[in-house]
Amino acid sequence: MDFKSSDTITGPRAEDHLPHTAQAAVKIVIVGGFGVGKTTMVGSVSEIRPLTTEETMTQAGIGVDDNYGSETKTATTVAMDFGRISITEQLVLYLFGTPGQERFWFLWNGLFEGALGAVVLIDTRRLEVSFDVIGRLEERGVPFVVAINDFPDAPRYPVEDLRAALDLSEEIPIVKCDARRRASSRDVLMTLMRFLHSLAMSRARA
Amino acid sequence: MTPPQRRRRHPKEEPPEPPKAAPAPAGQDNPKEPERLYVLTGGGEGGDRADIDLVTLIVARADVPPPAIQPEQSALLRLCKAPLSVAELSAYLNLPFSVVTVLLTELLAAELVQARAPIVRRALPDRSLLEAVMHGLQKL
Ligand SMILES: Nc1nc2c(ncn2[C@@H]2O[C@H](COP(=O)(O)OP(=O)(O)OP(=O)(O)O)[C@@H](O)[C@H]2O)c(=O)[nH]1
Ligand SMILES: [Mg+2]
Repeated sequence: MDFKSSDTITGPRAEDHLPHTAQAAVKIVIVGGFGVGKTTMVGSVSEIRPLTTEETMTQAGIGVDDNYGSETKTATTVAMDFGRISITEQLVLYLFGTPGQERFWFLWNGLFEGALGAVVLIDTRRLEVSFDVIGRLEERGVPFVVAINDFPDAPRYPVEDLRAALDLSEEIPIVKCDARRRASSRDVLMTLMRFLHSLAMSRARA
Repeated sequence: MTPPQRRRRHPKEEPPEPPKAAPAPAGQDNPKEPERLYVLTGGGEGGDRADIDLVTLIVARADVPPPAIQPEQSALLRLCKAPLSVAELSAYLNLPFSVVTVLLTELLAAELVQARAPIVRRALPDRSLLEAVMHGLQKL
C-alpha cells in the first residue's frame, strides 16, 4: 500500500473516465467464500478492467515470545475487487466482490447497508462456506439472490434440494451461472434486480 | 446424494466459536462483541472523517491544484478531473479506502473537490431507479 509517486500512478485510461454528467452511483455486492468466482463475475460484466481496493487492519494479539507480556498487533491486508457498469449518462453501477468473512465487512463503511442488494455465489463442492454469509445477510436485512457457479466437477443438486439445504424461503431466487461468461453474469444481476423490483412492488402495496 | 444442511442461528444463540480463535466480528451495531480490530488511518482515531462511501463520486473543482497540498492530494485532484468513485481513487492511488477518505475530507473542507452522494438502499425502494438499472443491464 505504498503511495506511488505521481509519475508512476497508472490512472484511468481515457475510456475509463466517467462523463461529467455522472451524478450518482449505486452498488451491488457479490459475496461468497474463498475461490467461488467473485473476481471472475465482477470481471466478466465490468466495463473497466477490474480494480482492487485494499484495506489494512491491525489485529490485536498476544505476542508469543514477548517477554514483557504486552500485546502485539499484526496487520492484515484485505482486498476487494470491483467493477463498473454505466447505466445512463447520470447513473453508474458498481459491483464489489467481497470476501465472505463478516469480520472484514466493517472495513468498508456502508458497503452492505447501502447496497441495493447482494448476489451470494455458491460452489456446491463447498456449500458450507456460504451458510454464514447467508445468515449474516438475513440478519442485516440485505436482499439477496443465490447464484450457483457451475464448476465442472461440482455435485449437481436439484435446485429444490439446495433451497432446503440452504434453508431459503420460496421467494428467494436461486439460479445457475457461469461467472466467466458475461451474458450469464448479467442474467444473475438481472435476476437480483427483478427480485428487488418485486420486493418494491409488494412493499408499495403493503 | 444430499447437500449439507444450513442451521439457522437464532438471535439469542451464541455464534459458534470459530476454530482458530479469530477475533469476534466488529461492528457498531453489535456492541456486545469486543472490538479488537482497528483500521489504520494514519492519524488519531479517525473520528473526523466525512461521510464518504466507496461509491461517492468525486470531482475536482479547480483546474489547477494549489501548490501547498500533500503530493497524495494533488495526485488525487489530477485523477478526478472527471468524476471518479472513491473506490477507483483508492485503486489507482494504491491507498486504502480509509486513507483516501482522510485525504478527501481535507479536500472537501478546502472546497477543492465536490462529492456526489450515492443512492443507497431504502426500506421502500425507488422503483424507477430499479427499472433504470434493469434497462441498463439489458443493453450489456
Ligand atoms: N468452471 C468454472 N470455473 C470458474 C467459474 N468462475 C470462476 N472459475 C474459476 O475459479 C477460480 C476462482 O475464481 P475467482 O474469480 O478468482 O474466485 P474468487 O471468489 O474471486 O476467489 P478469492 O478472491 O480468492 O476468494 C478461477 O480459476 C476461475 O477461473 C465458473 O463459472 N466456472
Ligand atoms: Mg477474488
